[in-house]
Amino acid sequence: MLRLLSFALFIATWWIASLLIGDTKLPAPPAVLSVLIAEARSGALFVNLGATLARVALAFTLAMALGSAIGYLMGRVSLANRLGDPWLILLLNLPALVVIVLAYIWAGLTEVAAITAIAINKLPTAVVTLREGARALDPALDEMATAFALPRGRAFRHVVLPQLAPYIAAAARSGLSLVWKIVLVAEYLGRPNGVGFEIGVAFQLFDIPLLLAYSLSFAGVVLVIETLLVQPFETRLTRWRLRAA
Amino acid sequence: MQLEVNITGKSFASAAGKRHDVLDNVTFTLNAGEVGVLFGPSGCGKSTLLRILAGLDANYQGHIARSPGMRLGMVFQEPRLLPWRTVEENVRIAAPHVDDGTLSALFEVLELSVHRNHFPGELSLGLARRVALARAFAIEPDFLILDEPLASLDNALAGRLRDQIATLVASREMMTLLVTHDLDDAVRLGDRLFFLSPRPARILHVETIAAPRAVRGEPEIDEIKRQLSQLDLANM
Repeated sequence: MLRLLSFALFIATWWIASLLIGDTKLPAPPAVLSVLIAEARSGALFVNLGATLARVALAFTLAMALGSAIGYLMGRVSLANRLGDPWLILLLNLPALVVIVLAYIWAGLTEVAAITAIAINKLPTAVVTLREGARALDPALDEMATAFALPRGRAFRHVVLPQLAPYIAAAARSGLSLVWKIVLVAEYLGRPNGVGFEIGVAFQLFDIPLLLAYSLSFAGVVLVIETLLVQPFETRLTRWRLRAA
Repeated sequence: MQLEVNITGKSFASAAGKRHDVLDNVTFTLNAGEVGVLFGPSGCGKSTLLRILAGLDANYQGHIARSPGMRLGMVFQEPRLLPWRTVEENVRIAAPHVDDGTLSALFEVLELSVHRNHFPGELSLGLARRVALARAFAIEPDFLILDEPLASLDNALAGRLRDQIATLVASREMMTLLVTHDLDDAVRLGDRLFFLSPRPARILHVETIAAPRAVRGEPEIDEIKRQLSQLDLANM
């Protein structure tokens, strides 16, 4: 209910602003909606959203898997940490644009280049978060696992992984928002489809209703995924904490 | 099954780089079916000794001979349960082969049956200790280590838990090593009592109690305690 109210407030503000500023710079909601419907009818909306989502999914999975593994290793093994730390600092502070442009130059305007570039942008934050998680592992529970001679796999699943879970969730949360932002830049610069590409086209043609239609449908998809996928997942992970309270 | 302990020294370096001797000379043998009690002042190195015996610390001088394939069950001073797993899961993760009947019987003795599906965060310290105990017994250990299992419980609760431990220890032929600084617990549960000196710990005196635990009556326990309290441990 409160969410609906907040949404209505957003539409109202938009409408009033468009009346004040004028249609050419900020088209009113119905104008954008009609473009949105036209794009949906032609199927272009779904093709572009689908392409973007596929890139997000691939880059996100790649960065999370690799970042978690590297972060865990760096948190557990001090040699790995000393070897990896300078690279980590470099990657953390490297602008997304540099990575994307270089990837396109070296690997061509390809899907592989786009996804790699997005993943590289997200990777260091996952590494940093998981490294903290691995450092915070409770040595008392490690000892328990050793004393009871738990096999590695079982110890990892029941002792280590639940302790890392909040860190994985945090990395996923911040990583996903980062990927949402960067994927459009990568598409804008070098892909022939996707929301970023369409926004680029709209920018060049100064087609503001088209620009807003894609931006808003993209924001809608993000919201749906956050509420239906990310938040329930987080709740499930911390189930035991809630009951303990 | 037998455990031969022959530690000649253990020290560690403090953060300031100074060397601290924790253990001096600790030599004893423990046989199957026996309950050994390590008795000594707080901070004398009992927990360090237990960690060495449990194989958690390999950095010491001396030698420990364990029978091959020995299964270790350990109850740490803090329960060390997995907070994200239920009571039953905590036990089953350590002891995946335990059958339902054994587990139910174990929970029955320890009065944990109603708590099977609770998370450790929902339990009191006394209950959490009993879960840790259930976990150690469920793996059917050959060597059981109990690190102050009755500490910081009120008298009535400690007494009940002591009886439960006695029941469980009697139900299985294994070596048990108990750490306590309560003489009453030591005399009621132990077969052989090892009196440790203050840091660096060495064994000052070994007291063997001949009467089996089951027939040890109150007068005998009082008599043993009286004799032990007359020992001049400070000048040994």
